[in-house]
Amino acid sequence: MGVDIKVESLNAWYGQTHTLKDVTLQIPANHATALIGPSGCGKSTFVRCLNRMHETNPIARAEGTVMMGDVDIYKDASPVEIRRRIGMVFQRPNPFPTMSIYDNVASGLKLNGFNKRRVLDEVVERSLKQAALWEEVKDDLKKKSGASLSGGQQQRLCIARALAVDPEVLLMDEPASALDPVSTAKIEDLIFKLKSQYTIVIVTHNMQQAARVAENTGFFLMGKLVEFAPTTKIFTNPSDKRTEDYITGRFG
Amino acid sequence: MSQLPVRSANFERYLTTRRSVTNGLVTFLAVGATVLVLIPLGAILFYLLYKGFSSLNLAFFTHVPAPVGEEGGGMANAIIGSGVILALASAMGIPFGIGAGVYLAEYGAGSKLAEAVRFTADVLNGVPSIVMGIAAYSLIVAHQHHFSGFAGSVALAIMMVPTVTRTTEEMLATVPSNVREAALGLGIPKWRTVISVSLRTASPGIITGCMLAFARVAGETAPLLFTALGNQFFGVNLNQPMAALPLQIYTYAISPYDEWHRLAWAGALVLIVMIMVSVTLVRIFASRGALKGGN
Repeated sequence: MGVDIKVESLNAWYGQTHTLKDVTLQIPANHATALIGPSGCGKSTFVRCLNRMHETNPIARAEGTVMMGDVDIYKDASPVEIRRRIGMVFQRPNPFPTMSIYDNVASGLKLNGFNKRRVLDEVVERSLKQAALWEEVKDDLKKKSGASLSGGQQQRLCIARALAVDPEVLLMDEPASALDPVSTAKIEDLIFKLKSQYTIVIVTHNMQQAARVAENTGFFLMGKLVEFAPTTKIFTNPSDKRTEDYITGRFG
Repeated sequence: MSQLPVRSANFERYLTTRRSVTNGLVTFLAVGATVLVLIPLGAILFYLLYKGFSSLNLAFFTHVPAPVGEEGGGMANAIIGSGVILALASAMGIPFGIGAGVYLAEYGAGSKLAEAVRFTADVLNGVPSIVMGIAAYSLIVAHQHHFSGFAGSVALAIMMVPTVTRTTEEMLATVPSNVREAALGLGIPKWRTVISVSLRTASPGIITGCMLAFARVAGETAPLLFTALGNQFFGVNLNQPMAALPLQIYTYAISPYDEWHRLAWAGALVLIVMIMVSVTLVRIFASRGALKGGN
């Protein structure tokens, strides 16, 4: 089941650059939340702060409070524990090139020392079905490398891999921006199905995509959260002039 | 709008001719360079076969050297000795080298220590092999007051480390960072990501580096002169002076006896074949289990 996320006064830096300025928002459980804004506005940095991937860069740091349910992710847990509960799908599909399709999906469990064969088989099948990839790959699970699939299939493989560790939150950083329209539609269908079970945060450049999949949308500009509201409101009646300018294409 | 210049048929023909002439010339140079490189290699192998093959027989692989003046004898002690010394050298040098390479690529980014390690490795790579022998002599032989196969292994292991370190570092640097991020994002600890994702993805290149290091030290004579010393008798005790093929070849080649010269040729042939066979075996072994469509 998904869990809600409360972010309070979150700031982030890369070296001297202040990339995220005092962001406060609440992401409701079991809904999809879209983050939009021009390139470099801080939306990717924001999601990377939610699962503490931000700090894997040696010059990066973050300050503020992020509560996942009643867990303060910067105080109560290690980054490794947090990342098991908050899955992430990246912009470019990144399957492990040396692993089979099966091992890619099972990697989150196997590489954490979980090796019960029968359970792994079940998890792999369930995750691939959830990611709508099972029918396409079920005959080559252990024969083919994850890198042998098409780009769209690779991205669904990455989604299956993230789901296999049973996270409560799924962060998606422009998951469809490197894919063709057909694959993009498949990913969007998936998000639509998955949000009943997970809290989904999706960064996107594509405003139609945000409108199609997300209940709530946040608009970022120059490291600040300008507006956060139900998607229909953002796209039909934004309160902030800058949001309106962006969605009507006047800048960005 | 500026007009494109009208191209005459003559001009087109001139361009086509020039392109095909340039293409032919560059192809010729590339093929020529390849042939130039292959000629000495082929000549050495051919000459070794020509000089050494006739002296190869079963006794060469099963007997120890015969005393001067007696016919026959072999290099069984040197073949086994080389195998033992090289196995131990690899067992010591490769893990250290890979460990240092992992540190440089995955943990030491931008640190002063990493810079120092990298610089030391490069300097170590350029140190003449006889100096390695003297180092191992003063570190081990001088303290134990006797020569030993172990001291020889240490000298060769030190020589392997810089090559293995730098190849490991370079190969890890070619692993895309988004593959590493994928593992970290799944909640896999960093050490496990390094072993099961980074090293595994880079393994073909790292194995090649280890094989290069192995092949290089397998033929080294100088580091063994003051360490393993050589031995005319059969023995696998690493605490004793030990025979090795390069040493045996050296001893036989500078001797005044024709019979020993012939055995030296045969030894050189066996050494080269041993290196080629072990490198090939490792490659076959490493490529087993590779998946379809992987890269």
